Amino acid sequence: MQEQTAARATVRHQDGLAIMDLPARIDGTAEQTLNDAYAEATQGDARRVVLNFSGVEFLSSTGIALIVGLLAQSRRDKREISSCGLSDHYREIFEITRLADFMRIYPDERAALAGS
Amino acid sequence: MVTGRLRGMLGRRPEAAAVPRAPERQQPADAAPIDIAPNDPALAYFQSASGPVAIDDLQLDSPAVAEMRAAGVKLVVPLISQGELIGLLSLGPRLSDQEYSSDDRQLLEKLASQAAPAVRVAQLVREQEADVRARERIEQELRVAQLIQQQFLPKELPRLQGWHVAAFYRAAQEVGGDFYDFFELPEGKIGIVVGDVTGHGVPAALVMATTRSLIRSDAPRQVSPSAVLERANDFLESDIPANMFVTCLYAVLEPVSGTLRFANAGHDLPYVRRSDGSVVELRATGMPLGAMPGMRYDEKEATLAPGDVLLLHSDGVAEAHDPGREMFGFPRMRRLMAGHTEGQGLIDGLLDALHRFTGDGWEQEDDITLVTLSRGADVRAGDLMAADVAVGDVLAEFEVASEPGNERAVMERVAEAVRPLGIEGKTLERLKTAVSETAMNAIEHGNEQRRELPVTVRVTKQNGRLAIAISDQGGAKEIPEAETPDLEAKLTGLQKPRGWGLFLIKNMVDEMNVSSDGERHTVELVFDLAKAAKGGTNAGADRR
Repeated sequence: MQEQTAARATVRHQDGLAIMDLPARIDGTAEQTLNDAYAEATQGDARRVVLNFSGVEFLSSTGIALIVGLLAQSRRDKREISSCGLSDHYREIFEITRLADFMRIYPDERAALAGS
Repeated sequence: MVTGRLRGMLGRRPEAAAVPRAPERQQPADAAPIDIAPNDPALAYFQSASGPVAIDDLQLDSPAVAEMRAAGVKLVVPLISQGELIGLLSLGPRLSDQEYSSDDRQLLEKLASQAAPAVRVAQLVREQEADVRARERIEQELRVAQLIQQQFLPKELPRLQGWHVAAFYRAAQEVGGDFYDFFELPEGKIGIVVGDVTGHGVPAALVMATTRSLIRSDAPRQVSPSAVLERANDFLESDIPANMFVTCLYAVLEPVSGTLRFANAGHDLPYVRRSDGSVVELRATGMPLGAMPGMRYDEKEATLAPGDVLLLHSDGVAEAHDPGREMFGFPRMRRLMAGHTEGQGLIDGLLDALHRFTGDGWEQEDDITLVTLSRGADVRAGDLMAADVAVGDVLAEFEVASEPGNERAVMERVAEAVRPLGIEGKTLERLKTAVSETAMNAIEHGNEQRRELPVTVRVTKQNGRLAIAISDQGGAKEIPEAETPDLEAKLTGLQKPRGWGLFLIKNMVDEMNVSSDGERHTVELVFDLAKAAKGGTNAGADRR
């Protein structure tokens, strides 16, 4: 099986926050994509970044390490980072890994926007 | 004419030697012995003297000679046997008050040359008698140790419906500190203990008896095996002789479900032979009892399914040596275990193999303890199993090349294979994460992404358990223990962001077993189908 680079993440700016629509597959192949998207999201004056997981179909432990990396980066930048659109399963994983203790988790994008 | 007694051995022992004091004329029979220190110059003089020595003529700075003079000794005749000074004949003045004549001296010399070998024989006999007495004391002590030990080994084995329990214990010549124990606990549970006290003899036997009593008395009040070991450790630590400690495994079996909770204080890891022939270790970590205060013990849980055999053992088998000093070893035990489907047969097989390995005339080096619990293959563990037609159905068996990305192929194929079992929702998601993570570890770490090395996958269903075995070729490598990653440390850069894989897997499955046959590593992911049936229907929000 040939490894393909994961699809690009899209970044949308809205009401002073940046929404990162994450690719379907977050594993070792998504590193560049995520870093680029985060850079794009934080170029402007957005103080809040929302990671939108609603299109994510596969999140591996390496993918979790990438999310941990983004969380660490946002803490250094003093930006608030939150997540939305997690499936029940990945929400459970966020709880097991305690990522849920370090970022707010909204059920969906609307709730995330309302939370601003 | 010759008076006095000979005592001890001169020049043979490092401690002070003794010669008889010359008698007072009035009481010739009660001569008190004179001690000669090992560094007294008189010893060397007597050793090399040829014939009788007149004490008054001696010009030696010797406390012994001074003492002899004071006691009225006039003449000393060295007793030499095979070139060694073994005693002295010492004589007071002649009864006639005459000097000793040269005839007297010749007679004495002759007497000494004939007496010396006889005295030496008498000395050897006495030494031997002392040795026999010492040996008898040791044997008596061993009998006491054996008695204590036998007193505290179970008189009979528990009878559990659906289970067969077998045990073998054989003390080494010196009696080590092995022990095992079974006892009943509330709610029909059974406590099982296997331990080994360092050291031998009565002290080890007493510590063994104490440990057994501590665990027995505490176990019914405590639900958790680790808590029992923690308390036993704290009690023992304050009382145990220095340099002595106890390795001990304590497990609580729930016979109906086959659930085994266990904690281990540094004892040899138990093995479980699954009904498919694979052998897994039950790993839980902890320091031996009595070594340090305030120790904490890991507590783990495993399920013994119908057809499984649990082996608890001490190091007496694995650490036995053949005549070439090669060790029997744990890998050999595991291999042998794979070939036995029930407990008594396994014990017999291990002992046979040990006998062949060590050869005839082997002196057993350490106590041997083997305890097996076999769960009958015909036992139903709950109504859910009624649907199981065949034991050990293979749902899928395949291999993939070690290429990144193939972990998802493995995940999809396993998900497909378990579809007929009705696994869905939350359980299916957990299974997929556990399978893909395990497959990724096999590809990346076990096989180091070497394309030509296959990752093999075997999915079996057996009496209520779904087992997914994923093997790679990195059998020689250690699979690290799954530790809880520290997110704070990762966020502050103290730990690398990675390292979630094993932790995740453990949290996704009901049981994870890691085994290795030296060549292949196998990680077995186990799901309890009864639990899956309950949990699976509740998770409705999955979008896949």
